[in-house]
Amino acid sequence: MTEERACKLTIIGGVDKDGNPDLVELLDMHRGEIIGIVGPTGSGKSSLIADIEQFAQGDTPSGRKILIDGCEPRAETRSDPRKKLIAQLSQNMHFLADMSVEEFLRMHAKSRGRSPEVVDRVIELANTLTGEPVHPDHHLTILSGGQSRALMTADIAVISDSPIVLIDEIENAGIKKKEALELLAGEGKIVVVVTHDPMLALMTSRRVVMKNGGMMRVIETSTVEQKVCEDLAKVDDWLMNLRETIRRGEVVGAAL
Amino acid sequence: MKLVVIAGTPGSGKTSVLMHAVKSLQREGLLPAVVKIDCLWTEDDKRFQRLGVPVAVGLAKDMCPDHYSIYNVDEMLEWAEDQEADILLNETAGLCLRCAPYPDSCLAVCVIDVTTGPNAPLKVGPLLTTADVVVVTKGDMVSQAEREVFRERILEANPRCRIVEANGLTGKGAAELAELIRGGPEVGENMILRHNPPLAICTLCTGELRVSKEHHRGVLRHLDGFMEYSGE
Repeated sequence: MTEERACKLTIIGGVDKDGNPDLVELLDMHRGEIIGIVGPTGSGKSSLIADIEQFAQGDTPSGRKILIDGCEPRAETRSDPRKKLIAQLSQNMHFLADMSVEEFLRMHAKSRGRSPEVVDRVIELANTLTGEPVHPDHHLTILSGGQSRALMTADIAVISDSPIVLIDEIENAGIKKKEALELLAGEGKIVVVVTHDPMLALMTSRRVVMKNGGMMRVIETSTVEQKVCEDLAKVDDWLMNLRETIRRGEVVGAAL
Repeated sequence: MKLVVIAGTPGSGKTSVLMHAVKSLQREGLLPAVVKIDCLWTEDDKRFQRLGVPVAVGLAKDMCPDHYSIYNVDEMLEWAEDQEADILLNETAGLCLRCAPYPDSCLAVCVIDVTTGPNAPLKVGPLLTTADVVVVTKGDMVSQAEREVFRERILEANPRCRIVEANGLTGKGAAELAELIRGGPEVGENMILRHNPPLAICTLCTGELRVSKEHHRGVLRHLDGFMEYSGE
């Protein structure tokens, strides 16, 4: 297998919370694909993401196995950030690190073996996702939830730049979610997104339905659903514009 | 007999991580014995007892907990032998961060909590810089970027350590830690410490209550960094 580019991610089914086998026994995901994970709260969506993140080998409660290009990943690709195949945007909305945006990004670039020049690019991209600009001198801990998520998203797109991207509920972040997902998907990546959001769920090519900790079924996004997704994107743009109008202290005009 | 010394800042999750590692070791057919050192009070022995492993508690009381832990290594090892244990897991209280309670022939494990921020690895001192394994906990509470920056900071402070990302709630990382414990060194004769304990002892160490400077003797350090010896 190549260290830099994974072409196929495979999930071999395990068991649900009661020990019953996953109904989806095997799931292959390919480069360039966006896969959704849907289901009610507590249905095991985050656990499935966690299985992928730590390349479970039957050693997590679900007993699932994760393969890269058909093989068990090597130990160093599980831990060393320079060789990491996975970038993850988790549900965390805030930074805890007591340092400036610039200092933090420099440090992260170093940990991933990237040149410090990428720092400006991250901040520039983050500012396309949020209405409140992020400045290099800002302290991380004072950033709003939206600014933090925009920065985490841009950081993943530029610095982490791993072939597999895991996203846990981007919709609650107060950022432009469609742009964020497109940015993270990049070119030729495998993107797995946990979502309750109809537009994001329908932006995927397939979605895994979770129930009681198990993988129930896989639904292919139909052409009808794709059309619904386009309509939703228009509604979403409208909502974003309304939000900005209200933020700016202006009066809202006509209905849709 | 193997000796594992687990140190780390209070609340970092030493006990929770260790409990998961104990379960992993038990699954492999090993019998670890646990000695929990604390300062004034602990109930952690009850948590370990539930796992069915021999457990003893040592309270340092008036003595420095790290010094107490070091001073009692022989006694702990004898006790573990009596329990017919394969491995002695010594969890320390580790508070003032000036010394590190690691003898040379042990597996030295430092547990550190990622939510303490990326400057924490620089503050912890010999506890981290002389450890063989650094266990990072609470990683689920921060972003991946923050975890990676934290990792980089640990490697700056201790380039040769092995880092284990663990979660005391889910047991993530416990199997990896158990594997490192199994591969750890056998206890040697005439063990020496990896890092020297602090030079200073002063009248406050022996019970002086008065605050004013004129009452203090010993190796003393001023706010501006000047150090002096005052006494006979």
